[in-house]
Amino acid sequence: MKIGIPASLILYLFSLMAAPLVPGIINRVKARFGGRRGQPLLQPYYDLARLIRKGFVYSRTTTALIYWGPLLQLAALGTALTLLPLFPGVPPLLSMPGDYILLFYLLALGRLFTILAAMDTGSAFEGMGANREALFSALAEPALFIILATLVHRSGFLSLSQIFVESSAPLALPGAEVMILMAALYLILLSENARIPVDDPNTHLELTMIHEVMVLDHAGPDLAVIQYGVSLKLWLFMILLCQIVLSVLPNLGVLMPLLWLAALLIITISIGIVESTMARLQMRRVPQLLVAASALALVAYIVSR
Amino acid sequence: MSEITNLLLLLLVLINLYLLSATRLSTSIKFLAAQGVVLAVLPLSLHGLHFSIHTILIPLITLVIKGIMIPNMLFKAIREIEIDRENDPYVGQTASLLCGGLFIIISFWVSERLVLPLGVTSRIWVPVALSSVMMGLFLLITRRKAITQVMGYLVLENGIYAFALALVQKMPYLIEMGVLLDVFIAVFIMGIMLNHIKETFEDFDVEHLTKLRD
Repeated sequence: MKIGIPASLILYLFSLMAAPLVPGIINRVKARFGGRRGQPLLQPYYDLARLIRKGFVYSRTTTALIYWGPLLQLAALGTALTLLPLFPGVPPLLSMPGDYILLFYLLALGRLFTILAAMDTGSAFEGMGANREALFSALAEPALFIILATLVHRSGFLSLSQIFVESSAPLALPGAEVMILMAALYLILLSENARIPVDDPNTHLELTMIHEVMVLDHAGPDLAVIQYGVSLKLWLFMILLCQIVLSVLPNLGVLMPLLWLAALLIITISIGIVESTMARLQMRRVPQLLVAASALALVAYIVSR
Repeated sequence: MSEITNLLLLLLVLINLYLLSATRLSTSIKFLAAQGVVLAVLPLSLHGLHFSIHTILIPLITLVIKGIMIPNMLFKAIREIEIDRENDPYVGQTASLLCGGLFIIISFWVSERLVLPLGVTSRIWVPVALSSVMMGLFLLITRRKAITQVMGYLVLENGIYAFALALVQKMPYLIEMGVLLDVFIAVFIMGIMLNHIKETFEDFDVEHLTKLRD
């Protein structure tokens, strides 16, 4: 199935539009679990619109970093999304050999700017949050790369586009290994996007925050850019997980878009369910979770060789 | 059929990895029981469901001993000595997990070079059994509480059992029963010993056993 640039572009624009919907759905699921009706599904969009209309507020101790940080982070995420095949059979906007490494280093670049902007405020809390973010993402990296190594090894291709689009049976993995791979990726998804059980996006106690504490000093349009970036990142990881899920399912042809949406929706709802039913881990237990994800990925990699 | 075998073998590895990272003893015992059940089902996935002493009796006895009786004895032990946590092992849980990953790599590397007399049904069978042996040994030497060491011993034994299953498609059932009985008696004796350690030292820590006194 060869589909040209227009389809990729439409999908890319659709992703940019649809990404903030994901946190909305997660919030709705959590509200339902808590017995509430919940905020409107489009609430993240309203929030973004409200924040963008506000003015910039900066502390006198900050430098230009706090202005550029969020923008560069969003730029890195937006670029990263162009490298990922968004839909089974449709190539991404950009692709080159080894682009999966570029993809995840773009994410790391985005994180670097978030961390720098957080440190720029000179607040002790934000430094602490930056510290944790850097630690946990460093621990998540081995797992991520072992997962990618498994994909590359199984398909024999060196770019995400080839892995998911050109090879007819991308993984050809037996069921059990794929499940382990997906479990590892799911843990990484939760950790990288600062969700429970690693971080609680709703917490109001600075001492326990990771991602939220880093953006405490951002306001107005900056905060909007950061929140949009957060949803874009979640979307990116969900798409990756979704691609792996769909690669083991049979190709349903015309029904594929429905299946794609259903898979994304199931992943979203599952995040909501995890957040509603689980407590977050003690901070010192988080590395163990991430190492467990690496161990899972390692098992999948070795076994599938 | 080999798909199910692989799934069961992977379950074995995952349970081992969990045991390496666990702190709560009661959950560990539950996982150990689950491992016993997996081991009992493993020969079934190999031979299929036809009636013979190998497909009915051995899995049944394995199930009863490894899945029910030994976990029950361990539960009884932790109830009597009133502890439910392995707090600070000699090698921490996260480091243990990393070592677990290392063992898996090593065992795959070793088993590729291992010349076996017989063909093995599943490619991952021997490495899984080997890594299970290594992880059991690791648990045995790095944990502080006597009860966790017993669990390490059981993991080790489960690995050997899985290895035997892989190598000898039809192991003489007398030997299998003998091995099972041995393990059962060993755990039984260890249960009694645990009680003695507890009575003498008011604690469960094997550290006490290294000190001499009159």
